[in-house]
Amino acid sequence: MNHKYLPHTEDDVQSMLEVLRLGSLDALFTHIPANIRYRGDYDLPPALSESQLRTHLANSGGTILTSFRGFGAYDHERPSIIDALSSRQEFLTSYTPYQPEVAQGTLQYIFEFQSVVCELTGLDVSNASMYDGATAAAEAMMMAVTLTGKPRVLISASLLPHVLEVLKTYAHFREVRLDIVETADGCIDKAKLDKMMEEPFAALMLAYPNRYGIVEDLTPYAQSAHDKQALLIAYADLVALSIFKTPAHSGADICCGEAQSLGLPLSFGGPYLGYLATINKYVRKMPGRICGMTTDNRGQRAYVLTLQAREQHIRRDKANSNICSNQSLMALQATIYAVAMGKKGLQEVAKRSIAATHYLADRLVKTNLFKLSFASPYAYEVTLDYKKSLRKLNELLLAQGYLGPHPLTDHQGVFYASEKMTKDDIDLFVAKVTEADHEIR
Amino acid sequence: MKYDKLIFELSKPGRVGYVLPEQNIPSADLSSLFDQSLLRNEEPALPEVAELDIVRHYTNVSRLNFGVETGFYPLGSCTMKYNPKINDEVASLPVFRNIHPEQPEASLQPLLKLYDETATMLSHISGMAATSLAPFAGAHGELTGLMIMKAYHERRGDAKRTKIIIPDSAHGTNPASAAMLGYECITIKSGPNGLVDLASLQENLSPEVAGIMLTNPNTLGLFEEDICEISRLVHQSGGLLYYDGANLNALLGIARPGDMGFDIMHMNLHKTFSTPHGGGGPGSGPVSVAAHLADLLPNPRVVNENGHYKIVENKQAIGRIGGFFGNFLIVVRAYAYIRTMGQALRKVGPYAVLNANYVKEKLRAFYLLPIDGHFMHEFVFNGLIDKSTGVRTLDIAKRLLDHNIHAPTIYFPLLFEQSIMVEPTEDESKETLDQFIAIMAKIAKEAISEPDCVKLAPHFTPVGRLDEVAAARKPIVNYRDYAKQV
Repeated sequence: MNHKYLPHTEDDVQSMLEVLRLGSLDALFTHIPANIRYRGDYDLPPALSESQLRTHLANSGGTILTSFRGFGAYDHERPSIIDALSSRQEFLTSYTPYQPEVAQGTLQYIFEFQSVVCELTGLDVSNASMYDGATAAAEAMMMAVTLTGKPRVLISASLLPHVLEVLKTYAHFREVRLDIVETADGCIDKAKLDKMMEEPFAALMLAYPNRYGIVEDLTPYAQSAHDKQALLIAYADLVALSIFKTPAHSGADICCGEAQSLGLPLSFGGPYLGYLATINKYVRKMPGRICGMTTDNRGQRAYVLTLQAREQHIRRDKANSNICSNQSLMALQATIYAVAMGKKGLQEVAKRSIAATHYLADRLVKTNLFKLSFASPYAYEVTLDYKKSLRKLNELLLAQGYLGPHPLTDHQGVFYASEKMTKDDIDLFVAKVTEADHEIR
Repeated sequence: MKYDKLIFELSKPGRVGYVLPEQNIPSADLSSLFDQSLLRNEEPALPEVAELDIVRHYTNVSRLNFGVETGFYPLGSCTMKYNPKINDEVASLPVFRNIHPEQPEASLQPLLKLYDETATMLSHISGMAATSLAPFAGAHGELTGLMIMKAYHERRGDAKRTKIIIPDSAHGTNPASAAMLGYECITIKSGPNGLVDLASLQENLSPEVAGIMLTNPNTLGLFEEDICEISRLVHQSGGLLYYDGANLNALLGIARPGDMGFDIMHMNLHKTFSTPHGGGGPGSGPVSVAAHLADLLPNPRVVNENGHYKIVENKQAIGRIGGFFGNFLIVVRAYAYIRTMGQALRKVGPYAVLNANYVKEKLRAFYLLPIDGHFMHEFVFNGLIDKSTGVRTLDIAKRLLDHNIHAPTIYFPLLFEQSIMVEPTEDESKETLDQFIAIMAKIAKEAISEPDCVKLAPHFTPVGRLDEVAAARKPIVNYRDYAKQV
């Protein structure tokens, strides 16, 4: 019996084989050594119909929790137009825009995505795109090593742990020395950093905001990196950049990060969206695709992939990176989100998330069960100390349908609240936390 | 006239495209919370647009694109097969989409089971021992696989292996991935039959070679018939074999890379397993390895301990290569594809190969087949047979666009000057192929009767040929650049 994705009838197969002067489908494969021909069935469960699959998968997911955790994955209000528009087959099923005459749709939204990233970071040029924040950071690190010729980088300990882990993997295999800059009171330890800067390094990478939720001024660090002929790389959240000083204004040379916060669903960690932007001077060492505006032979404004002599399909082993497929459709989703929120809305999301997180922190501190871990100003994540066991607290919260804070230790956790959270939501969560606390000895 | 607006050009101060919930909490006064020096000194110049503006804009923009559902898309080495709707539907279930990647195992058991089962099915289909779903794309899989290769030699204390052998027909990502890890690439020339030349391979094998990267069938669409001997020679000299799974579709139901002696491989779920290409991603590039390398696979791992699924970090692993668990929603789509296909997967390779050979046979009277052989799922012409008209591969590609057919891959592989690489996947009917054949034949005739018509194509697409030189000479790469010029 045939399958609905396989249109060949017996007659089709026969007439096609006749053209090839072959007697059977098997005759197409006589050149494959017999000892490696696979002739058995695949070891798979019986095929499912669509309704069977639907039922099966509806029962194969995770438990949906009310989350007070960000830590690299940020839930925000998502307009339904994001999915409605990005699922149009013209966007969803097309390939990389190598034939620009029939790919202006992809090229134009890439141009708009680059425009959004440049506007938020203040930088000159953005690519479109990297796989996720962590790999974008790794590419930024390697870009700095290539630009400076110095195989050593200084990385802030306050980057998210999974970003640090990916940087370490890439650095190890690329034979780059990665030195971690420790923090003090939630911020870069300036004295230690100064000492580490005495030896040559390619770049200093700082988080903005950092894993504790704290926003540190990057300007002095850009200055000191530049004094040592090194680059400053900001690992920044794009929602935060709608209200905080831009990395460009601070003097950053490269800005990269995770753009999931621009309206992408949590999706158990992927697909997300890495971004990377830089100043004009460094564009030729930048990884990934870049779209530029031009004209066609009919005099129309149009778009095309440009500066491709940086890329693997042209330069092979001399390319800046091996990246080919990226996260294009997610760049479309982020663009639709950013323009739907727009000039005012994105700032509003940042401000309301800050308001929610500050309200949550105040309420939790008022219970006398928690206190602020650090004195520095925080945005929409906050780090709190807890006397009892956070592991136990999170277990009890899970039983109530909540994802509690990310435990940095068993007594220190990072909380997150977004613009989606109302006073009632937060008050209820604080009540659940208090109840749970009573159950912990 | 094509739709020609940027979303920025629709902006009008005061319009909004969002609704946010009433929070009933005190609003944040940024200037009291943060030092003025930390704040932005001007608002981001994002558009101010109402929802219908946005919806019409992106609907019109989308119509400038060609997708698999628009028409035939025989893009060589890209496996542009149909992306089933049901797969998108199930991947958008809230039990997948609304799950935070840091949720505890207790809230994830069925999801982790699905994740583990997908890896197991992919291991089986590829004939390998273990699979990681973490890599985000094919090239990312290559990078991950080569990290595993490097780690393998490192732990054997063999530091001399600094070179990788790559055939000249390989995808550009192969040498780029190797170079990213500091490997020196040795390019070996294909033999006259388009296959790896065993003598050249032997000459280049040495204790400095970490391994070889092979695509099989290769980018000419030819199966490396000496693969068992290649495997023996590389292993004998202490190297490993990496399989670039870009062309795995040809082998479904026919053969498995693991049985050929490959140690490490990646698969492109967005090719072989029907997940959408998304205009350039997100894809997914799972990496599979032989048993002796399984402990090197990246973190985090999902393991089944007597029916309880755990997320673990393995100390022997190469480390993390991505933030979380890979492009999970893409993995769900591939799972859905495998489960709805079942044993029909075994017909994918045969029908894909039948389609390619049929098209090749019908068109070789017009187009130059530079190397003949037993083709698998794709084949390469070196332009027209009659080159006297000056009509090049680029022109043929552009003329196809006028007929609502996407161009094949052109100017790749680099072995020929005028490469046209055609891959008609298994889900294309004989009628679609016959139509393509008729149009390709028509263009070949047109090249003689009306060469200028072909050279100036496309004529009916939203835009004509683009000035790529101007785009690169004076890059305009965002709206700010453009606005400055106007």
